[in-house]
Amino acid sequence: MAPESESIRQFPGRPRWRADLLRFGVVFLVIETAMLATFGLLSLSGLVLPAVVWVLLASALAAVAALGWVWRQHGETPAMDEARLMALTSRIRPHFLYNSLNAVLGTIRSDPRAAETALEEMAELFRALMHDPRQLVPLSDEIALCRKYLDLERLRLGDRVQVQWSIDQLPPDAMVPPLMLQPLLENAVYHGIEPLQQPEPIGFHMTVSGRMLVIELTNPHESSQMHARGNRMALANIRERLEIFYGLAAYLNAEIKAGHYTVRIVLPLERQTS
Amino acid sequence: MMRVMLIDDEIPARNRLRHLLGDIADQMPAMVVAEAGDGIAALETIRAGTVDVALVDIRMPGMDGLQLALHLARLPVPPAVIFTTAYDQYAVQAFELSAVDYLLKPVRAERLLAALQKVRPLAPESLSALVPEGRRHLRSTERGRTHLVPVDAVIYLKAEQKYVTARTEKGEYLIEDSLTQLEEEFGPRFFRAHRNCLVALAAVAGYERGGDEPEGDAKWLLRLRGCTERIPVSRRQWPQVKALIST
Repeated sequence: MAPESESIRQFPGRPRWRADLLRFGVVFLVIETAMLATFGLLSLSGLVLPAVVWVLLASALAAVAALGWVWRQHGETPAMDEARLMALTSRIRPHFLYNSLNAVLGTIRSDPRAAETALEEMAELFRALMHDPRQLVPLSDEIALCRKYLDLERLRLGDRVQVQWSIDQLPPDAMVPPLMLQPLLENAVYHGIEPLQQPEPIGFHMTVSGRMLVIELTNPHESSQMHARGNRMALANIRERLEIFYGLAAYLNAEIKAGHYTVRIVLPLERQTS
Repeated sequence: MMRVMLIDDEIPARNRLRHLLGDIADQMPAMVVAEAGDGIAALETIRAGTVDVALVDIRMPGMDGLQLALHLARLPVPPAVIFTTAYDQYAVQAFELSAVDYLLKPVRAERLLAALQKVRPLAPESLSALVPEGRRHLRSTERGRTHLVPVDAVIYLKAEQKYVTARTEKGEYLIEDSLTQLEEEFGPRFFRAHRNCLVALAAVAGYERGGDEPEGDAKWLLRLRGCTERIPVSRRQWPQVKALIST
């Protein structure tokens, strides 16, 4: 077990103050504007002195309120963050679980070895789910996990699962939040491979741009998709975890263009500290 | 001997069902007479009257299990249908509500046996409760070959003598359903332009005068997206048609 101080250190905390400043600014402006509207009415009625006193009081009140609000947001870390992270990472995806179990059962009699391998891979995937959700993990481990996941999907879906990796430019010691890539890939298989008669490969592209790590995942997209809700949930989940880890310094966006769906994650490049 | 068809896009899932059918053969002699990897392939393979039970996966590429069931129900001798699904909260809820048979994957031998022992044909009202939007394809069979025409692609449906043809941008297809059945099934998406023609509302591009009829009334023609043909509107239908396409 890692001591408490060490695991908390794993949150790259530096960009938080920017988010806080933004929050403060927004709340302050909203309250102040409301108060100034009242000031306008007062000065119209000719009562100048009370109006000046009022605006000073209003500014002070707005500042206190905004500060208090930001303070409350801060109160959520890190214990609340930990709970949120736990809830966000340990979500079990039943579609994948039951389908994979069914595929293993359908393989046991004809190819016991393939079934064995599949169960071992499932064990690894579920072990990853049990990891401490607050610790950054090596990107290379996450990629290895993705490959195990893809092996499992190939047992069910055969050659329909094709992935074009483009990850040559990555520093070997990059660190990322755990279980961020595999859910994205799972989404791509669910929406971009399973429903299509002639599936195209999924594109998984990762590069470093300046001090940021850029991850892009592209899959073919059919307009008649009925399961958009699940997809939005998965993205919201990753977005929320990125926010806990990096504040405003990381972001996720998704777009549909020319029959393809692309999710892009940009996050600060963290290196392994040894 | 019960004749079973397996329809699932995942090969191991079909293997599993085949193994289980072997395991319960003493209590329920059955043989797998056909297999398919999706709904369209299933419809191309199945010969009416040769299958007693279809085990149908819900999520499949091309045509899913629910759509397939709509087509199976229209066969001259429809097979009984048991749906299979790994996990789909909404589907399971819907199955319970409309009282259709389903099996959860991974399927167990006892459950499969129980389901096969009480198979019954799908009730039409269960199906329409499950798939209120109706079929997404029309089935066309010509010279023994099955062709599925997406309903969205249909510009108009015309009855000529004994047959109904569906016109799409790509060509014409013979359809087995009657115009009245089609009008009932696809309700507001198609309207009657005259006694033997249903036009897709979405395909209407405009209308024009087509000369005068003997009685001196104007004769109106519909211009349609995707084909150069003009469809005449009967005098009796014109007020309704005009109201429909003007909104």
